Amino acid sequence: MSGTYLGMPSFPRAARDAVQDVTLRANLRHATHTIRDKRAKAVAELEDWARLREAGKQIKNHTLRHLDRYLEQLEASVTAAGGTVHWAADAAEANRIVADLVKATGQNEVVKVKSMATQEIGLNEALEAEGIAAYETDLAELIVQLGHDRPSHILVPAIHRNRGEIRDIFRKEMGSWGRAAPEGLTEAPADLAEAARLHLREKFLRAKVGVSGANFMVAETGTIVVFESEGNGRMCLTLPETLISVVGIEKVVPTWRDLEVFLQTLPRSSTAERMNPYTSMWTGTADADGPGTFHLVLLDNGRTDSLADEVGRQALRCIRCSACLNVCPVYERAGGHAYGSVYPGPIGAILSPQLRGIQSEIDASLPYASSLCGACYEVCPVAIDIPEVLVHLREKVADQGGKGHRVERAAIKAAGWVLDHPAALAAGEKAAARTRRLHPRTLPGAGPWTAARELPELPAQSFRDWWKKNRTNGKKNRT
Amino acid sequence: MSASRESILARVRAAVADAPETPEPARDYLTTHTPDDPAAILDLLHENLADYRAIVHRATEDELPALIAELLDTHGARSVAVPEGLPAAWLTDTSAEPRTDEGPLTAYELDAIDAVVTGCALAIAETGTIVLDAGPAQGRRALTLVVDLHICVVRAPGQVVASVPQAMPRIDPTRPLTWISGPSATSDIELDRVEGVHGPRTLEVVLLRD
Ligand code: SF4
Repeated sequence: MSGTYLGMPSFPRAARDAVQDVTLRANLRHATHTIRDKRAKAVAELEDWARLREAGKQIKNHTLRHLDRYLEQLEASVTAAGGTVHWAADAAEANRIVADLVKATGQNEVVKVKSMATQEIGLNEALEAEGIAAYETDLAELIVQLGHDRPSHILVPAIHRNRGEIRDIFRKEMGSWGRAAPEGLTEAPADLAEAARLHLREKFLRAKVGVSGANFMVAETGTIVVFESEGNGRMCLTLPETLISVVGIEKVVPTWRDLEVFLQTLPRSSTAERMNPYTSMWTGTADADGPGTFHLVLLDNGRTDSLADEVGRQALRCIRCSACLNVCPVYERAGGHAYGSVYPGPIGAILSPQLRGIQSEIDASLPYASSLCGACYEVCPVAIDIPEVLVHLREKVADQGGKGHRVERAAIKAAGWVLDHPAALAAGEKAAARTRRLHPRTLPGAGPWTAARELPELPAQSFRDWWKKNRTNGKKNRT
Repeated sequence: MSASRESILARVRAAVADAPETPEPARDYLTTHTPDDPAAILDLLHENLADYRAIVHRATEDELPALIAELLDTHGARSVAVPEGLPAAWLTDTSAEPRTDEGPLTAYELDAIDAVVTGCALAIAETGTIVLDAGPAQGRRALTLVVDLHICVVRAPGQVVASVPQAMPRIDPTRPLTWISGPSATSDIELDRVEGVHGPRTLEVVLLRD
């Protein structure tokens, strides 16, 4: 049901459309500002935040350095606990595995927990092609799915829809997929939520197969962890007879104790809560509690390519909290769809080109979809230096394209788009000025690109002026 | 073993072959953010549970049956799911029809039950979280999920810890675990918080003096 990302226009073209969409921008602005203000308060409650952030970074770095060992250990512990582990090199293989597992149950429908990994591989479409209906059960994903739409934010995928639009979608579409929306449905959020509850409960109660992703997998114990708010996750994870979880290989952590770090940093960074309403953890199968059959599909799909890149591999630390989206002045104006990937915002700008390669126009333009203001790095709970990776990827894009190369043109246009949007940049500069004392003399990790010059002190020269100057001169340095 | 398994592991090994060794992660973060005072920790739990819209009560063992009866009554609950190991005394005052999880109850049967009363494994004050591990008085995960009203009894101070790092060593990861922080909630519609899209819409917590 949901759209495909194939043949997406490059970032600047998609962003231009988004900027013209007044509703979208108003919704986005309201949402990102609300979440980021709340997040700052939730983080301030923990005086050891900086140490938790550093611990999270180190745990992930250590895991990635020994990923082979921890994946083998995870496989052994999941198997010992009664689960079955499958390995998928790419999207096609993962989809094949899941479709075959569903078919083996004799079912032709599954209930789904919102999951970036299954969106990344286009699982719903692949199942549909095999005659299997995949029902998204997260409220926002339901809105997206019923609206024949694509998610635009990691955490609040329907952030681009307001209540009136949601009511219209429910009225028009619910009936063709199951229980119709109640007569006279209003646009009050409580009524809309109630309509979704009734529509989806019918599906939960009869579901025989559930499909999920996971936030973490513990190598030591084989425990799989899903964070959520609504309870739809718990429904999908516990009511069906068979559970299939598709999880990126980078989601493993070595020990049970490691979770204590992420249980503190993830909810506060993402929904700005001390803890999200529900966290489910299961280890293989349990007698008479939850699914009797559990399959774990470990997904590569470009992750090992990213791992091989010594600058870019830090993107694999990402715990998908979405904090970087909410502080990004470019995301705020362009919206999630402009990034042409399930991973929008700053993390999307570095993750998508790494997972998919930089051959396509959209992927080559993504590293330029940023003002390099650094706000994303400041909020990241695992300290991913997104600006460093962006600059690194720009070098790669420049390296691959000769003069007039279409991909490089797209990239330069993206940079142009960012520069042409003063409000986006003004916000960036403000963030930069606020953190002025922390600024290094050169751009973090800019490497050869800025090695020849020192960053001027801010705001002695505005960030924009510096950037423009650097970009004009920079071409020589980048080749 | 599958070809993809071998090739993924080989690609991982090649990718990190030249990567520098990483130190064991430093764990210099705090194990608690709260003074070691049981009364203060209990107050914090109370406050944080209420902040996330759980309804919190305090009771002694003697007061508990009447309180549970009153809560069931207030919500008009005429049937109540009873997990294995729930102390019989807790339900002596209510006239709600007890439904034990025999059969076991199907999802459809659970959907028709008004309330569930459980104990818990642990509660975490700093985050306002209740941990269920399917142990005695807690039942299968479905019991506290499909039923719309959840009344949960926490023994204090015995089942209360201050922080997440203090909770981890006390939880058995091999059990099916549900961490609950307030009732089911969503903020997907213009970021307006709405309780209970799919899980219980009402969470009543009784802090029971040990
Ligand atoms: S890059 Fe960091 S801030 Fe962005 S989603 Fe990932 S973990 Fe969160």
